[in-house]
Amino acid sequence: MIAAAAGRISAGDTAWMLVATALVLMMTPALGLFYAGLVRSKNVLNTFMMSVAALGVVTLAWVLVGYSLAFSHGNGFVGGLHLALLRHVAFAPRAGTAIPQLLFMCFQATFCIVTSALVSGAVVERIRFVPFVAFMALWSVLVYAVLAHWVFGGGWLAAHGTLDFAGGVPVEMGSGFSALAAAIVVGPRRDYGRQALLPHNGVFALLGAGLLWFGWFGFNGGSGYSVGQSGVLAFTNTLLAPAATLVVWFVLDVARDGRVTAIGAATAIVVGCVGITPAAGYISPMAAILLGALAALPSYAAIVWRPRTRLDETLDVLAAHGLAGLTGILFIGFFAQRSWNRAADGLLYGHPAQLAHQLLAAVAGPAYAFAATAVLLKLVGAVCSLRATPREEALGMDVVQHGEEAYTTGEGAILVVAEEDAAPELTGVRP
Amino acid sequence: MKLVIGIVRPERANNVLEALYRADVRGVSISRVQGHGGELDRVETYRGTRVKMELSEKLRFEIAVSDEYVEPTVAALCAGAHTGDVGDGKIFVVALEQVVRIRTGETDHSAVTPVKS
Repeated sequence: MIAAAAGRISAGDTAWMLVATALVLMMTPALGLFYAGLVRSKNVLNTFMMSVAALGVVTLAWVLVGYSLAFSHGNGFVGGLHLALLRHVAFAPRAGTAIPQLLFMCFQATFCIVTSALVSGAVVERIRFVPFVAFMALWSVLVYAVLAHWVFGGGWLAAHGTLDFAGGVPVEMGSGFSALAAAIVVGPRRDYGRQALLPHNGVFALLGAGLLWFGWFGFNGGSGYSVGQSGVLAFTNTLLAPAATLVVWFVLDVARDGRVTAIGAATAIVVGCVGITPAAGYISPMAAILLGALAALPSYAAIVWRPRTRLDETLDVLAAHGLAGLTGILFIGFFAQRSWNRAADGLLYGHPAQLAHQLLAAVAGPAYAFAATAVLLKLVGAVCSLRATPREEALGMDVVQHGEEAYTTGEGAILVVAEEDAAPELTGVRP
Repeated sequence: MKLVIGIVRPERANNVLEALYRADVRGVSISRVQGHGGELDRVETYRGTRVKMELSEKLRFEIAVSDEYVEPTVAALCAGAHTGDVGDGKIFVVALEQVVRIRTGETDHSAVTPVKS
C-alpha cells in the first residue's frame, strides 16, 4: 500500500503477479479438459474448442473494449472508453496496486477468458460453434465487463461496500446464472431425458479439476495484487476450502449411494474453489474450512435435482459456479473478520450491515447476468440459428462443426489429393 | 432357428433396443463395427492433411431367435434403426445349425427361448 501511494512498482508484487497471471491462463485449457471429460466422445473436440476459442476472441474483445468498460472511470454501472485499445495502459502502476497497469490488464484478462468459457458448459453438445463464439465475445464485453466494473472497477456494488475478493459476482454468479439463461434459450439436447448421456472420460474430468485447483492459487492468491497478507490468506484459503468440500462431498455421496464417486470428486474440487473465491482474502482459515463444507450442500442438492427436470444445463455450471459463488458471497456477510482482512467485519463480528451489502450483490449480480445473457443470446439467435440440426447432433459436433474426431482409428481414411481439394465442403460431409 | 444380424447406426442403438424390448425379444449381442454402405463420405482435416473417411461406425446386433420370432425381430430392427437416409444399415437373416445354452446345456429351441423371470 505504501508503495502504491508513492506510485512505485514493487518488484515482489510484480514477480508474483506475472506468475499468477500465467496460472489463471492455464485454468482455461484446464476447464476445457474438465468439460471434455464430461461429454460424449463424439463431442469432445467441440467442447474443448469452446474454451480454446475463448483464449482467442475474448482476449481480443478484452483488449479492444472489455478492459476499459470494466476498469476505467465511468458511472456506477459501467466504465468508460478511456482505456479502450489499451490507450494509457502501460508501465505506471495501476491505482491501488504496485504492479504495472499492463500486468493488471493481463491478469484481469485471464479472468474474463475463463469466465466466458465457463458459460459453454450449459449448451455443449448442441450449440453451433460459430454462433457460440460470437455470443461469447459479446458476452465478455456486455456481461462480464459490466459485472467486473460493479465490484472491481469502482462500480456501484463496490461503492456500497460489497466485498468480493476474486470474483464471486462477475466470475462465479456471472457465469452460473448466465449458464441458466443460455440453457433455457438454447433448449435441451434432443436425447436429453430419453437416453443416458454419460461422461466419456472421468480421468479428463479429474485431471481438469486438479489443474483448475492449481490455477486457482493464482486466481485467488493473485487477487490481492501483492505478496502481502491478503494474498497469502487467499492462497491458504484456496487450499483449505476445497479440501473441506471434497470431504463433505464424499460423505454426501456415501449417504446417498453408499459409494464415493470420481466425477463427484472432480465437481467438489471446483465447487470448493468457487465457494472460496469471493471470500478468499476476507475470512479466517478456519472459516474457510467451514465455507468449503457449507458450499457443498446447495451445489450437491442442485446437481441431484437438476437432471430430473427438463432443464438441460448440461455440465451444471449453475450448480457448481452460480450456487457455490452465491454461498461464498453471502458467507462473507457473516464471517468477514477485520483482524484478518483489515477491511470489514461481518455479522458475527458485530457488523450486520455487511450482510446487507452481500445480499444486494447476491440479488443484483445473478439478475443482470440472467437477463442480459437471455437477451444477448436471443439477438444472436435472430441473426443465425444457434442449434445444430437433429441429424448433426446425432453425428456429433466434432465431425459436423470441425471435421475432426477426437479418437480416430485411421481405418478407412483415404488421403484426398490436391485436385480434389478444389471445392472443399463447408459441412464436412459430401457425397 | 435363425440368426438375425442387424447393422445399424450407433445413434439408433437405444431406439433399436427399445423396439426389440417391445417385441418381447430378449438375448441380444452388440458389437461396434466399421463399415461402408454407400453413404456419404466424411471429409476431415488434420493439420492440413485432408482425408476422406470411407468407413463409418456401425453397431452390429446379433439375435438368435426361434422361427416365429424372426418377423417381429426384423420389424423391430427396421422400426428402431430407420431414419430414411443412406446409411441406415442392413439386416441379414441366416440359418442356425445349433444353439447351446452353456449354463444348462439346453439346446436349440429351448436355448433361444428366454428364461421366464
